[in-house]
Amino acid sequence: MYAFEFVKPKTVEEAVAALREGEAKVLAGGQTLIPTLKQRLAAPEKLVSLAGVEGLRGIRTGDGVVEIGAGTTHAVIARELAGAVPALAALAGDIGDPAVRNRGTIGGSLANNDPSADWPAAVLGLGATVVTDRREIAADDFFQGLFTTALEEDEIITAVRFPMPKTAAYAKFDQPASRFALVGVFVARLDGNVRVAVTGASENGVFRWQAAEAALGADFAPAAVEALAPPPAEEMISDLHGAGDYRAHLVKVMTKRAVAACG
Amino acid sequence: MPKDHGIGAPIRRREDLRFLTGSGRYTDDINLPGQAHVHFLRSDVAHGRIKRLGTGAAAAMDGVIRIFTARDFENVGGLPCGWQITSRDGNPMAEPKHPILAEGKVRHVGEIIAAVIAETPEQARDAAEAIEVEIEELPAVIDMAAALGEGAPKVHDDLPSNLCFDWGLVEENREKVDEAIRNAPHVVTLELVNQRLAPNAMEPRVAIGDYDKATDEHTLYTTSQNPHVIRLLMGAFVLGIPEHKLRVVAPDVGGGFGSKIFHYAEEAFCTYAAKVVGRPVKWTSSRSEAFMSDAQGRDHVTKIELALDEEGHFLALRSETLANMGAYLSTFAPAVPTWLHGTLMAGTYRTPLIYVNVKAVFTNTVPVDAYRGAGRPEATFQLERVIDKAARELGMDPVEIRRRNFINPDQFPYETPVALVYDTGNYHATLEKLEELADLEGFEARRQESAARGKLRGLGINCYIEACGIAPSNLVGQLGARAGLYDSATVRVNPTGSITVHTGVHSHGQSHETTFPQVIAEMIGIPEDQIEIVHGDTANSPMGMGTYGSRSIAVGGSAMVRATEKIIAKAKKIAAHLLEASEGDIELKDGKFTVKGTDREVAWADVTLAAYVPHNYPLEELEPGLEETSFYDPANFTFPSGAYACEVEVDPETGKVEVCSFVAVDDFGNVINPMVVDGQVHGGLAQGIGQALLEQCVYDENGQLVTASYMDYAMPRADDLPSFTVDHSCQTPCTHNPLGVKGCGEAGAIGSPPTIVNAVIDALQRGGIEVDHIDMPLTPVRVWSAIRAAS
Ligand SMILES: Cc1cc2nc3c(=O)[nH]c(=O)nc-3n(C[C@H](O)[C@H](O)[C@H](O)COP(=O)(O)OP(=O)(O)OC[C@H]3O[C@@H](n4cnc5c(N)ncnc54)[C@H](O)[C@@H]3O)c2cc1C
Repeated sequence: MYAFEFVKPKTVEEAVAALREGEAKVLAGGQTLIPTLKQRLAAPEKLVSLAGVEGLRGIRTGDGVVEIGAGTTHAVIARELAGAVPALAALAGDIGDPAVRNRGTIGGSLANNDPSADWPAAVLGLGATVVTDRREIAADDFFQGLFTTALEEDEIITAVRFPMPKTAAYAKFDQPASRFALVGVFVARLDGNVRVAVTGASENGVFRWQAAEAALGADFAPAAVEALAPPPAEEMISDLHGAGDYRAHLVKVMTKRAVAACG
Repeated sequence: MPKDHGIGAPIRRREDLRFLTGSGRYTDDINLPGQAHVHFLRSDVAHGRIKRLGTGAAAAMDGVIRIFTARDFENVGGLPCGWQITSRDGNPMAEPKHPILAEGKVRHVGEIIAAVIAETPEQARDAAEAIEVEIEELPAVIDMAAALGEGAPKVHDDLPSNLCFDWGLVEENREKVDEAIRNAPHVVTLELVNQRLAPNAMEPRVAIGDYDKATDEHTLYTTSQNPHVIRLLMGAFVLGIPEHKLRVVAPDVGGGFGSKIFHYAEEAFCTYAAKVVGRPVKWTSSRSEAFMSDAQGRDHVTKIELALDEEGHFLALRSETLANMGAYLSTFAPAVPTWLHGTLMAGTYRTPLIYVNVKAVFTNTVPVDAYRGAGRPEATFQLERVIDKAARELGMDPVEIRRRNFINPDQFPYETPVALVYDTGNYHATLEKLEELADLEGFEARRQESAARGKLRGLGINCYIEACGIAPSNLVGQLGARAGLYDSATVRVNPTGSITVHTGVHSHGQSHETTFPQVIAEMIGIPEDQIEIVHGDTANSPMGMGTYGSRSIAVGGSAMVRATEKIIAKAKKIAAHLLEASEGDIELKDGKFTVKGTDREVAWADVTLAAYVPHNYPLEELEPGLEETSFYDPANFTFPSGAYACEVEVDPETGKVEVCSFVAVDDFGNVINPMVVDGQVHGGLAQGIGQALLEQCVYDENGQLVTASYMDYAMPRADDLPSFTVDHSCQTPCTHNPLGVKGCGEAGAIGSPPTIVNAVIDALQRGGIEVDHIDMPLTPVRVWSAIRAAS
């Protein structure tokens, strides 16, 4: 770790102001940022902690939406949404280990947009809205490739607003070492449409598998997926844990399993 | 009712109180006054010529005390290799210099190029980053076959090739074996890889060097499994410090699995540099450094051929292996693929003719050395895999083919065709016990239940043997060892009867502090809490060779028994004097000396007090005091063996393997503490299953370590493992050590990989998928690819 300045603002406005001075970075749960700093892969001059910022934590449900404060930890979501949206609770409860879940936040995960992270699949799969200090960003516009989002340098996510699905499920196939998603598929049935979002697999980060959405829109059953060709292998990540063809195949298998789990 | 005391009692680990409450004292917990910190600048290329090291700017940075490069080590020796192998042509192995800091060339990612000593670890690291390094990259040799090819780049320019040695066992049998294989009705062949592993002890390595100018004494605190061996190697071969001026301390050590046997550059560096800079010098490895500087394990590529007759009797066996040494020879590297591997190729079977050839190869990778099991897992894996394949090809039951070829209980001592004499064993008994515990009868019903859920269920069997308790010194000397392999104990009886045992072996997870007292408690009849075990400091324990190869109880424990026998003999003399009886009539039981056939008695503590307060004492015949030392040199290896079974479920859609059950039946001879033995087996199984399904060190073609962190190196987690069934009720006590013990630390890691792989192949075969073999680790992608290729 290199030396840095540490500030702990009380409001979102103060946090944004702090981000504008010098080379600063937001610190939420630190489960991604701190390891990066320890390995000296980043050297921000200043860390702006969100720990003391009011109004960033907690879950509100009602009017067909679930709004989760950006600073809410995976553990809290796993616990509190188990009844209302089991798919989100299960996803949150399967991230990392207890230490990671009790520190890491949904906002941090989305801002980071790791191509193997779980939350992007849920946000894109449900067509959620990312709420920031200055605007609302639709999920379809938010994710822009590996570790890239629509966020501006000094923009802070304050909440994520999910529409309440009729049914939804997340099927994750673990990368054996990291247990991030080798392939994770979030399937949701919403009013009038089906969305299928895939994480872990693509060279371009989380994506919607439109062929599956169309097929499932017509017939919401695993068999509808069975008939599809998997997404193009050459667009998939290829590494030690699986070449493109394997990941493409798993996209199909996990989609089927998510549909089956929707019941 | 299990015993609650003495040999065989499952008493709780006394170590746990301090370890589980965070009050252990590990090397990193030691901080010496005035200590400085070193950061090692390590090579990020696998092979290259060092053109320039610019240290000027770095040396001027805040807190920097001194920067070292190879030039500062011109008068220092290289790291020695403790075992010399002789090639088939009679030549000694190639033994290139293993410098403390890279000299002229770097030969693997992670090799030390320079070392910065500064006031804080951060300052040392900052300055290391500021060193200007110019390296002319050379093509790297990673693949062993390619390394032996014509015109391959050479890891060591001064050697004729990348071949370290070409070894055969038994050379005289070579042609007979060839002929038997040529003429056999069936020959089953398998080519396989025993992949490279990173040992991953929970505690990374640490070294602190200290020098006392007033006394000219050096002290090294280090994470070692064998402080005496480090003192000998470093003092005599590297730094030229005589033993009486060099103390090596290995306090609490958080796991070793072999990786902390070896003498490493960082230890010699810290010891040396402490004198140069006049300050204690400390290094604590990061996990990232551990991946590229701890000696790694396994890495064999093997072709094995088994010849059988029509009834499935083994006629002959030929095994040819390429063994990766990495860039340099680590301390015991050459012994692992040879004497710890080739000699095990008879397994538990009567195969009359065996020939083993091993070519050891230098590559631009981290050095490879002993890792839990060391050679025996590699032997067991190929043997038990080829037997399974033979059973399938001959249409025989995998249990039956093994039983048919077992060495029979009445054939002991049994001399194998590969240089070992097994003293005792009963392989039929362990296999029978396994059949009972694993409910092999019920397998078919369970398979159908799995099939109903779309899963392929398979059953894997394995009957391993291993050699522990290394080893008779005169024998290993003939085989190339440059050290003896006895061990030692000093039993010091204190005046009021409590006992302090100073042992030459070292505990870093083996529970010696709990189990060794049980032995003495049994012999004397006093409670365990009266006995303390001291180890890990050359200043307070007799010269011993340390802990590895499951040797502690068999060798170190035997030394302790011998010393205790001497104590008892002397104490009986004192008791006879006190009781005014003849020595031959004195009996020791439950901590009391009695005169046979009378009720006259004297307590243990009264006798020990008399030894130190010798007022009423036979001083004219007997010295006062009660302290004895023994050195025990074993007469043979010990031979634990066992029969393992597991059931797996394969998900044919994803290739994922789940281990549903695992039964391990081991014959460890006599057992001192069954709970501790269970724990040792559990740990071994976890590591073996880790090897079978998850772990692998992968280098790319440029020699970059792809699996350099836990993001890519898959360690087994609790939920990867089933609840184990372990049994050690089949006991054929070792015939040549006083405790009848064999050792249990490595068995699980040796026996489990082939069991798992056999089960997965069985699952696929029963599912109608013609797959003969998949190389470990059986990751989902590998299993899926094999299924796809077959269908
Ligand atoms: C061992 C381990 C296992 C893990 N396993 C998984 C897994 O299985 N699945 C998975 O999805 N993830 C996994 N993670 C990652 C984990 O979910 C992280 O918590 C998450 O990615 C980042 O959240 P954080 O709150 O810790 O963010 P931080 O690390 O604090 O920040 C991450 C990045 O987001 C930025 N940031 C944070 N909050 C905001 C905000 N409100 N607005 C704008 N920018 C912000 C920071 O500046 C930084 O760039 C794992 C992590 C670890 C260490």
